[in-house]
Amino acid sequence: MKVLSKPVADKSKYMDLLRQMMLIRRFEEKASEMYMRGKIGGFLHLYIGEEAIATGVMSVLGPDDYVVSHYREHGHALARGMDPKVIMAELFGKATGSSGGKGGSMHLFDASRNFMGGYAIVGGQLPIAVGLALAAKYRREDRTVLCFFGDGAVNEGEFHESMNLASVWQLPVIFMLENNLYGMGSYVERTHAGGKDIYHVADAYKIPAAQVDGMDVLAVREATEEALKRVRTGSGPVFIEAMTYRFRGHSMADPVAYRESSELDQWRKEDPIEKFKVVALREEFVTDDELQGIEAGVQATVEAAIRFAEESPEPELDTLHDNVYA
Amino acid sequence: MPEITYRKAISQALREILQSDPRAFMIGEDIGGYQGAYAVTRGFLKEFGPERIKDTPIAESVIVGAGIGAAMAGSRPIIEIMTINFSLLAMDQIINCAAKLHYMSGGQVTVPLVIRTVSGGGTQLAASHSQSLEGWFAHVPGLKVVAPSTPYDAKGLLRAAYQDPNPVMYVEHSLLYGMKGDIPDEEYSIPLGVADVKREGSDVTIISYSRMAQVALKAAVRLEEEGIDAEVVDLRSLRPMDTETIINSVKKTSRAVVVEEGWKAMGIGAEVSARIMENALEYLDAPVQRVASADIPMPYSRPLELATLPNEDRIIEAVHRLF
Repeated sequence: MKVLSKPVADKSKYMDLLRQMMLIRRFEEKASEMYMRGKIGGFLHLYIGEEAIATGVMSVLGPDDYVVSHYREHGHALARGMDPKVIMAELFGKATGSSGGKGGSMHLFDASRNFMGGYAIVGGQLPIAVGLALAAKYRREDRTVLCFFGDGAVNEGEFHESMNLASVWQLPVIFMLENNLYGMGSYVERTHAGGKDIYHVADAYKIPAAQVDGMDVLAVREATEEALKRVRTGSGPVFIEAMTYRFRGHSMADPVAYRESSELDQWRKEDPIEKFKVVALREEFVTDDELQGIEAGVQATVEAAIRFAEESPEPELDTLHDNVYA
Repeated sequence: MPEITYRKAISQALREILQSDPRAFMIGEDIGGYQGAYAVTRGFLKEFGPERIKDTPIAESVIVGAGIGAAMAGSRPIIEIMTINFSLLAMDQIINCAAKLHYMSGGQVTVPLVIRTVSGGGTQLAASHSQSLEGWFAHVPGLKVVAPSTPYDAKGLLRAAYQDPNPVMYVEHSLLYGMKGDIPDEEYSIPLGVADVKREGSDVTIISYSRMAQVALKAAVRLEEEGIDAEVVDLRSLRPMDTETIINSVKKTSRAVVVEEGWKAMGIGAEVSARIMENALEYLDAPVQRVASADIPMPYSRPLELATLPNEDRIIEAVHRLF
């Protein structure tokens, strides 16, 4: 892995990035705990280990830009600015959740932030990203669509259809691949003919592509900034592959029998938060005291989210049939 | 009232929408340069330009997804899936996305999308190109499904489908494109979910939709010659389905036959029969009869194909079983 790229000049920005990553980590750890206690149902896919990607990307995305994501999207939703309380309440299935308890962990939406959803069928968000970009282009709006997907999605037909059409129509999409090396339990080299460096597929569609260290928030931020600049010239989509690793299983149901613990140990050395802390302290962008302050702050935020979710009412049964049709 | 074809009626509705609403554009395979596989969009590329008449690669998932995403963003796309058989390649987008986004987002997102497609057999295209799959879509909450049988209904339902804030599958029939009928000069639309009594009668109710409604009307003329007065109810909308019109008719006639071009098993006929049983069992003088295609993949051979599809004779036989 590359060393961390050059620090951003602005100290408060630096602190924001760190706080954001730490908030996601703490939120996910607490969500895991709540799942084990039976407070959260269904599937729960944790973003632990991948925080640098959502954080780096969202730190440079504009408010008018659209975001679509997959089912491991709590981190994207938090980094986009969604209220942790509203997300946690949705995980709890409560009336105060972002979808009133109708979507759950895999289907977070915040239309007011142009966060257009978590999609739980692998690859399903890619064609929709194309459509959002098509509308932006048709209306001559300066908007980019940020489409997150994982290495598992690149073997779906929808991925290829979407890459092709976005390129043919020169649409403003950033295809943001979070390559955590495993599609559920299958190692990427066993499932993708091109091997683990997936960004080469973009060549076939004449889409400019880059690979970045997904454990380095500044590298992700920089790559996204460059991609945004390029997309905003109207020259079509850009593809970014962020190399990363999920420290936990595919979902809470996953005993992680398919990979060696030594592999996880290696990747833990790349922990995006710990690495960033070291640099931040060394460069004196943050003091030990400030770090503790951030830690206490995110802890309090997540505790408040849990309390809010706990105390919120279940959805009224008479809302069952609401929102089937507009 | 000018007389125009079913094809022209659809074209006219599309043209009026595109002329009056700048948010509207069309996406589909060969709708532009080729002018539409069934010539519905003839002249459109020239009239509206490539920004609004968008030819796509042969890639049904992203065609539908592009429509969904654009609709979510506030545009009003009308997409064309060349035939309903090809919609199978876009099922994830139609069923998992279009139908569910409003619900899963707690109402934050809406998908005002018209998906035009073509259903039915009868032109020797064999098993993969002759299906009537509209019932599959009508099974799914969150979608609306309409299937017009006349030029008048075709135009009016398309306008209503466009005005609707939900995803609507608008299902045309390839053998109806040449059919002529009267259309008023003034603008009109037909509400979704309202059936139409195409022929009034007192002895038996024949319930159908799309091309089979026309076949049922012809069967009714022959039944009249033998003294049976048949009422023909054209569903027009499969979801929402107008149960009230069906039940009112059955209460009057006490006999019902449901005719569909799809397969009988788990089909539209099964649904309509169940609604009659639930709401008007005590009015029935005989069990509801179903007429549908043979329970086989469509064969290519002309005589075998004709033996597969429902026709006037089979509808009349079904009516006879009720007396």
